[in-house]
Amino acid sequence: MSKPTRITNSIRALRFAHEEMTQAQLAERIGVTRQTVIAIEQGRYSPSLEMAFQVSRVFKVPLDEVFQYPDGEGEAP
Amino acid sequence: MVTDTGGGGDESKILDMMSAFLYLDPVSYEEKGTWVYLVTSAGAYAVYLVIVVGRVVHVSVLLWTAGASIVANMVGRVAVETARPSDSRRADVRDREIYRFGEYASRWFLVAGAAAAPFMAMARWDYFWIANAIYLGFALWAVAGSVLKLLAYRRGLQSPA
Repeated sequence: MSKPTRITNSIRALRFAHEEMTQAQLAERIGVTRQTVIAIEQGRYSPSLEMAFQVSRVFKVPLDEVFQYPDGEGEAP
Repeated sequence: MVTDTGGGGDESKILDMMSAFLYLDPVSYEEKGTWVYLVTSAGAYAVYLVIVVGRVVHVSVLLWTAGASIVANMVGRVAVETARPSDSRRADVRDREIYRFGEYASRWFLVAGAAAAPFMAMARWDYFWIANAIYLGFALWAVAGSVLKLLAYRRGLQSPA
């Protein structure tokens, strides 16, 4: 089994900031099931880069306002 | 700037994980189907073993339990969907990734059953044991694949691999 992702996200907060958009509405906008939106919000599923961009387009914010990665991770030595 | 929520804080992570494992979150159509497949495939093999141990002619039993598990799977899916309807019956990218992961990781049982059969034949084992080795491979493949998929649904699957 894969190790847990270190990517965090602000989707839940962004949904509430956007007229309390429901998980089902976001799921429909990006073409996935509601369960997948729940899994992404809870950090149980890392979406593809393309889906990540789709989510950021829905909220009209830059990608790194939706998804965050801890400092010092994945940097070249 | 909005505050982080998903994946933020140990407490919320534990609560999210608990709600996933206690099935407090809604369950997708594909995940329900995986449960039905697990129950029917394992159930059919258990019935087969009980009958064969009871010394009934095994070839017809093998065919009947394999056929019955396919029918039970279809009936089970309809029954679960009637009792707990899903929002959508469409498999999305996460469902497909979990399906591929489960099939890939569990394929060794199928390979082992198929690989054992020619060696058993060369060693002139009775066809009863050869058929059973292959059927066991199929049953373990179905059960292991379903369990791995359900774990991926609940514990999480990171992608792309």
